[in-house]
This record gives sequence, C-alpha cells and structure tokens, in this order.
Amino acid sequence: MSKVQEGLLYSESHEWVRVEGPNAFIGISDFAQEEMGDITWVDIPDLDNVMKGEEFGALESVKASSDLYSPVTGTVSERNTDLEDAPELLNEDPYANWIIRVHMSDPSELEDLMDAAAYEAFIAK
Amino acid sequence: MASFPYFPHTEGDISAMLERTGVKALDDLYSDVPSKFLHKEPLNLPEAMSEQQVRDFFEKLLAKDAPLAVFAGQGAYDHYTPAVVPYICSRSEFLTAYTPYQCEISQGTLRYIFEFQSMICALTGLDVSNASVYDGPTAAAEAVRMAIASTKGRQLVLLSDALLPHVKRVVATYAKFAHLGIDFLPCEGGQTSLEALKAKLESGLYACAIVPSVNRFGIVEDHSGFAEALHGAGALLVEYCDPSTLAVVKSPAEWGADIAVGDGQSLGIPLNFGGPYVGFMACTKPLMRKLPGRIVGQTTDDSGRRVFVLTLQAREQHIRREKATSNICSNESLMALWVSVYLSLMGPEGLKEVNEKSHAAALYLRSRLLSTGLFEPAFDAPFIKEFVLRTGLDTKALRACLQDAGFFGAIDEGEGLVSFCATEKRTHAEIDALVAAIEKTFKV
Amino acid sequence: MKFYDSLSIELSRPGRKGYSLSGEWSSHMADIPASLCRESAPALPELSEVDVVRHYTNLSQMNFGVDTGFYPLGSCTMKYNPKINEEIASSSAIARLHPLQGPDTAPAAYEILDLTDKALQEITGMAGFTFKPCAGAHGELTGLMIMRTYHLSRGEEARTKVIVPDSAHGTNPASAAVCGLEVVVVKSGEDGLVDVESLRPLLGPDVAGMMMTNPNTLGLFEKNIEQIAALVHECGGLMYYDGANMNPLLGAVRPGDMGFDIMHLNLHKTFSTPHGGGGPGSGPVGVAAPLLPCLGVDSSGFHGNFTVIVKALSYIMMLGKENLALAGRLSTLNANYIKEELRDCYRLPIDSVCKHEFVFDGLINDGGSEGVHGATTLDVAKRLLDYGYHAPTIYFPLLFHQSLMIEPTETESKDTLDAFIAVMKKIAAEAAEDPAMLQGAPHNTPVSRPDETAAARNPILKWQDAVQ
Repeated sequence: MSKVQEGLLYSESHEWVRVEGPNAFIGISDFAQEEMGDITWVDIPDLDNVMKGEEFGALESVKASSDLYSPVTGTVSERNTDLEDAPELLNEDPYANWIIRVHMSDPSELEDLMDAAAYEAFIAK
Repeated sequence: MASFPYFPHTEGDISAMLERTGVKALDDLYSDVPSKFLHKEPLNLPEAMSEQQVRDFFEKLLAKDAPLAVFAGQGAYDHYTPAVVPYICSRSEFLTAYTPYQCEISQGTLRYIFEFQSMICALTGLDVSNASVYDGPTAAAEAVRMAIASTKGRQLVLLSDALLPHVKRVVATYAKFAHLGIDFLPCEGGQTSLEALKAKLESGLYACAIVPSVNRFGIVEDHSGFAEALHGAGALLVEYCDPSTLAVVKSPAEWGADIAVGDGQSLGIPLNFGGPYVGFMACTKPLMRKLPGRIVGQTTDDSGRRVFVLTLQAREQHIRREKATSNICSNESLMALWVSVYLSLMGPEGLKEVNEKSHAAALYLRSRLLSTGLFEPAFDAPFIKEFVLRTGLDTKALRACLQDAGFFGAIDEGEGLVSFCATEKRTHAEIDALVAAIEKTFKV
Repeated sequence: MKFYDSLSIELSRPGRKGYSLSGEWSSHMADIPASLCRESAPALPELSEVDVVRHYTNLSQMNFGVDTGFYPLGSCTMKYNPKINEEIASSSAIARLHPLQGPDTAPAAYEILDLTDKALQEITGMAGFTFKPCAGAHGELTGLMIMRTYHLSRGEEARTKVIVPDSAHGTNPASAAVCGLEVVVVKSGEDGLVDVESLRPLLGPDVAGMMMTNPNTLGLFEKNIEQIAALVHECGGLMYYDGANMNPLLGAVRPGDMGFDIMHLNLHKTFSTPHGGGGPGSGPVGVAAPLLPCLGVDSSGFHGNFTVIVKALSYIMMLGKENLALAGRLSTLNANYIKEELRDCYRLPIDSVCKHEFVFDGLINDGGSEGVHGATTLDVAKRLLDYGYHAPTIYFPLLFHQSLMIEPTETESKDTLDAFIAVMKKIAAEAAEDPAMLQGAPHNTPVSRPDETAAARNPILKWQDAVQ
C-alpha cells in the first residue's frame, strides 16, 4: 500500500506539491516510485520556466522511463542536483526529496490539484 | 511430401501434429485468411536447387567480376584482414546468436561488445562508446540527432564540404525528414575552413558542426581552434574519423570533440561491396544519456561474479517508443566482434605500422603518377593513404584503362580532381604496372 | 557452459604481437607534422595470435546460438542458418569488391541485387526493392521516408500522421518520430485484432499512412485487412507492412495482394541469415508501382549489407518455390502444435488459430498464495535457460501483463518441440510447487541474474572505467 502524505497537493500524473508562500516544491509520490521500481537516473534539465502540464524532467529505471510534468506554472528557482548522483533517494523517501522548486506565477492553479484524501482515492481506483 | 534438409518433419510428424491441432491439412491453418489472399499455387520462382547447383551457380556468376587490385578509398579501404578474424567471427556461437537480452547465456557477445566500446574509447579518447550502429554515414546522422537533442531549440547543423560524399548524402536525408536545416562549410586548400566556421557561428543558430579528421581528399585536417569556436557559440564539435588512422593522427578528444563517429570498416573488415560495415559512436560523459543504440555495462551477478549486461536501456525504442533517442534496435554486433579481434591482434604497434606502410605505398604511388607528367598536385597538405591529383585526362577513360590493367581506382572528385588510395596490401609491382598502363594509354 | 572471466586487455603484455604485415613497405610517417599526430598511442591490448584465438574461443563458449539449441523467441524468427549461405557470402570474389565499382567492373554484384529484387517482388507482390536499409528498424525508417516523399511529390505536405496499432513493435513509433512524423495509436479489440471502428475516426486528410504487422504480434492474422486498407486508401493514406512477421506468409499470402503499398523484409528473420548477436541484418524495402519513383532514399552509405543479401538469395534458390511455400506452413504448424500442448499450463488470452507465433499471458498456476509471490513470466524464462533453451520473448506485446511469446520456426523437429513442451510443463509444475526456486533461476548457467540497477546507476561502460 503506497503512502500518501498529508499536507501536500497531488497531480494525476503523480507529482506532489508542497506550497511555501509563493514557492512550490515538486516531487513524485510514493505510488509513482513504486510503479517505477529502482530509479536509476533523474534528468532535471536546466530550465528557466515551467508551464503547468508540461515536462520538466524525466525518471529512468532499468525497464521503464517516465516524464515529469509540472503541476504549476512559474520560474524554476532551484533544482535538486543531489538526485543526479543519488537517484535512489526518490525510492528511499519520495516525500523528503523534492526535485525542483518553482516560484509560482499563478497560485490559483493549485486549485486543480488533489489533496491527500482525494489522491488516495485516485490511486485506489 | 518431398523432404528438404532444413525441414525435419516426417510425413508421420506432420499428420500427428495436424491431428493434435485439430485440422486436416496445412492449408486449414490459414482458415482465418480471406481465401482471395491465399496462394494455392506455387509462386513464379525457380524450383529448388541442390546445394551443389547453388554453389556452382554463384561460382560461375562471381567469376564475371574480374579480380581488381583496389586503389580507391572514399570511405572503404582495402586493408589486410588477418586469418584469425574471419575464423573467430564464423564461430557459430557468435554468428547464430540473437541480441544478448538473456545475459546469463550471452556473456560472450556482451564481453566482446564491452571490449569494442573500450577500444573505440581508446582510439577516440572519449568517455563513452555505444555497441555500434549500421555504418559511418548513419552514425553521423545519429550524431546530428544527439546534437539537436542537447542544444534545445536549435534546428540547424553545419557539415564540412570535405566530408565524404556518401556521409553528406545520408546526413542530408535524415535531416530533411526531421525538418532540420543543413549548411555546408566550404574548403580552403582542400581543408575545412576555420574562418568560414567562425563566420557561420555568429548567428548562434547551429547545434553542431561535423568535420572530417581525415577528409575526402585524404588530407589530415588541422582542427586547431574548431572546438573553441563551436563551444563559444554553444554548439558541439563532431569529428568524423577513419578509425584506422587514429593510431597516428590526433584523436577527437585531443581536438576537443564532443562526439566522434565513423566507419569501423578500415579496421580489418573486407570491402564486401559496401557492407556489412560497422558505424561507431563515442561521446563525452555529459552526452552519455543522449547516445543512441545499445550500450553494454559491467555489473555483478547474484554470486558477485563480474558480468556484463545491456544497460541504460530506458533511452531505447522498446521502452521510450516515439520518445527514444533513436529508432535503432540492433547494432552491427558481429562486425564489432570483427573489429575487436582485429584490434586485439594488431595492438597499438600493428595499427601504427598499417598506417606507416600504407603511407609509404601512397607516397610511392603519388610520386610515380606525378612523374608521368599527366597529373599535378592538387593540394599541399599532409595525407596518409589517400590523396587527390589534378588531371586533364578523361576520368572515365582513365578508369577504363586501369580496369583493363587489373586495377580499380581514380575516383572522380569533380573539377578535374581524381582520388587514389594505397594500403599496405598494394605492391611496388602493382603500382609500377598501373603507372605503365596509364603511360601506355595516354602518353602520346 | 563454463565461466571465463578475462578481458583481452587483462591478458596484454608489452611487446607481444599478433600480426604479420607484408615487408613490401618500410615504416614511414615522417611528413605528417607533429601538431597533427596524437600524443600517445591508443591503449589497445598487446597479444600473441594464440592469446587472441584462445580468448575469443573461450568467450564464444559462454554464448547460446541457433546452432547450440532451440530458440523459441517470438517475433525474432530464429530459424536455422544454412551453411552454404555462409560459404558463398564469404567468397573472396565478394570480399574484394569496392562499393564504388559500377556494373562495368562488378556485373555479378549488380546481378545478385537484381535477382534478389525480382525474387522478393514475386514473394511479396511489390514492384521493386531498395537494399540500403541495414536492419528492420532501418527499413521502417526508409519506408516512412519513401511514404513522406510520395506525399510531398503530390503536394500533400499536411500528411504527417502515422497510425500504429497498440500491439506494434516499439520501433514503429520510434521510426515515425525519427522521420518527423506524428504517431497515432489505434486500439486492438477483444479479439486481439485492430478495431476497425476505433480506426475510422482517426482517418483524415492529415494521415500519411498506417503501419501494420500481419500476422500481428499476437500471431493472429488481421482478417479485416482488406477493409482496413480500403479505409486508409480512401482517406489518401498509404499502407505500410512491417515484415517482421512475414515468415508464416511465405508462399502463402503476399502483402502486395492485401493492399500494402510499402513494406520491409527482415532478411535475418524470414530469409535465414544469421542474427550475429544483434546484427548485421538487412531490411530491404519494397514498394508498389506508383511509388517506384520515390524508392531512391539515401538512408545508408553504399548498397546496404551486401553479403547478407547474398545469403538470402542463396536461401531462396535452395528452397525454390515449393519449399518456400512449405516453410511458411510448417512454421505455422509448429506454433499451433506447441500452443495446443501447453494451453493447459499457461494462460491463453485469445483462443484462435495462430500463425507462426502466439502469446501466453503467464502461468495458470503461478504458485502464489497469501504472502507468497507467484512465479512470473521472467522466472519461467530464466528457468528455461537451466534446461538448455533460450527464453521466449517476454513482456511483449504490451497488451498483457505477463506476455510470453513463442515462435518455433519451421526448422525445428517434432522431437525438439516435444522435448521443449515437456520442459515447459515441468516448469509449470515447479512453479506451482516452489515459485521461489524459479525466482532464483537460472541455477546452471555460467553466471546468474545480474544487478541491472547497479549497472544503470553507476555505469561502467569501458575497461578504463573498471580499473579506476
């Protein structure tokens, strides 16, 4: 049974968002890391901006690859480059390891995301 | 039913199997095929031949191609193949194996590919090599795709005019369908012009330039300043190499290249009328994930033994489908073995000697041709085994003259230039005979 | 098979040599300026001839090939590779031919291309072939380039969509993407065939064509092919035939007759040329008459993989028309026989007569229970290695979770199939009893299951990395 952390917002493509003021920290859910298996590489291109619903990177495991989609629009203010050398962190604790930090240009986009309860129901389907 | 050596079924086998399958006749297994599409009559082809007939047929047919000593290069070089190479490569454990997806019973294939990758890295000086691609020209086309993927938003590439014609044709074909633009860098004195490169790069629109380390005129190019100019403009340097010459000439890494590609044919693979050859691709570490095709890596098994596996497969078409780095789903594995065995025999010293001896032969050929007075030097630049000369002779007549004397060479390079090549396999006697034939035909 | 651990570089000793070059020329390189020369020699191994021969012979003994044993590998057509083909293709009369030689100096080489072209035309119902493509995926790409060229020649630039069934080989969408085209997936129905009703709404003036494998990757003949081809043609699109599964149709059904306009063949599957551990293959592309002017696409350097083409022609001549027709039918018989024998142990998702291959969806009884993981398709595949067989194709097609795809080819005897069937039944029984034993398989191979995660996380891709 995958863990769903309270207090985060979730997208249908299994990214989570932690909101701190105008900043959104974005990572992947426990469900996503379980589906991927052992993650072998996290690709976080050096982007200036991201658009809601557009790719901001990709994950690879031995037998799968998955693109990462940004749940919000904004400026990329930081990338978690630790993951480039230690992709296993996403398997070990997906909620403690964010992938990018975005300075949101339209926080109202958060309204389209699911809360923990809604996401739990979503992945149970 | 007539029996045939590749079909082990007896009459009894077939009837027993049909019965188990619940049908009466072989054609009943095609009941799902609309009857209008099912061929009941044999095709309009010859009847089966015995093995002896097939052998005789090809022997007679191939006798029509008179043996010619090759004095042509242009991307296909007649170097000597040691007897060990075809002997090892025809071992059926290598020859009849599939792609090494089941690593537990494919360590032989995986290990020689790892050796191939290592030797390509040794020759090019770069960090990462793949398991090979189809040929040199397609390797160059794949390098363009890598460069485009690594320089987001750029849709233009530069090709040196001094690249071999078939490389330019194939790269242009791939680029056209991928909606990429190509601009050509002109030559100056038979070499890719740095000034032209710098001028082009001012636009900031190019993803890469592909330049030949030894070019279509046989000239060893000087690429001082190329990497700096390209990197300064945010573009990649792709070196197209004849890998045999890398034993002596500056390596792609020494020129500052990001990607090196070329054809492994010159590493002991026979001319074979153009194939199979083997394209190689190597790149710097930051480009590793953009490299197309198979890659073999080292790891351990459950018992801690060193084993080799296909790795980084998430780049590939069977996982990424339309988002893959390339559509390639094979390599030229057996030809990579060919190269590995050849390089293991030659070593650094042998490969150097191949170049030195070829160079000596080419120098002799060039001086003998010049001595006829029918040719003039075209460029004053260093070459190894291939060179061009200027001539007023009709190149068709020249080729015909060579053919009559038992030689193939004098490739028309346009604008009154002809290309010759000599490898370590050629002899003084052959060169003397070739020159004598030219003198006899054309010297009035 | 025995484990052998050396790499050639580890056997290297300075001063050893494995070559003998002609003494005709002195070693001479004085006139290349030092500024153009490499600083140090490449670190290649230095070995004697004996070292090299022993090393590679030892490597070969860790390999499985068609000559070693049975390869039930779906979609790969691992048939026997006749030796006469090898003998002819390795003739010195071919080895010495330079690719720029024309018909004046190499008439036989051009005649071989021409004879193969004509034979393939008759076998497929196409009007002409190009031999440039060096593999199946390369054939797809070349074929799509031809498709695009045809539309462009008619001013139909907007045709950029390629329809591909969800059961297609992964190369289909990848080839379309490399050709600058957009992929649209059409669903398969319950019967495993392309769903015609799902196809209709995808058709329109933006469609370049549709790629199909027939029989498809489930080994099922797409019986609605006539209707599908008509619909695609009606909207102005072209039909592309992926020849990966041509084997059962040899001498039985011709793609040209079914309405296909462009196709590729895999000479290394259908026409018996060896796979060589992953190449060289050959993927000639054929087209219908209206597309002949578009056939000249420069997708590789010279004439394609010529010696592979020679092998295919030799095969066609050996078989002749009567045995070509028999090859397709016997491959179909072999597949159906295995399917019927094993369907009690392995789940058969679609119960229908198959062509040259079929797909199981895992074990019926995988031995799993509360707290015990059942044996998967991967475990069955790995256990087969212990019994001296190559594994089937696994986890493809993507339509099922536990796909296990079996293709026996016509060159396997009933005895070989019976022995394989017995082992597959034995493995099913082992799974039911002790799935953990299967999960640890293989147990009898030179090496056991590799740590693929470590390989991908910390790539060691050359011996220079391993030393560090």
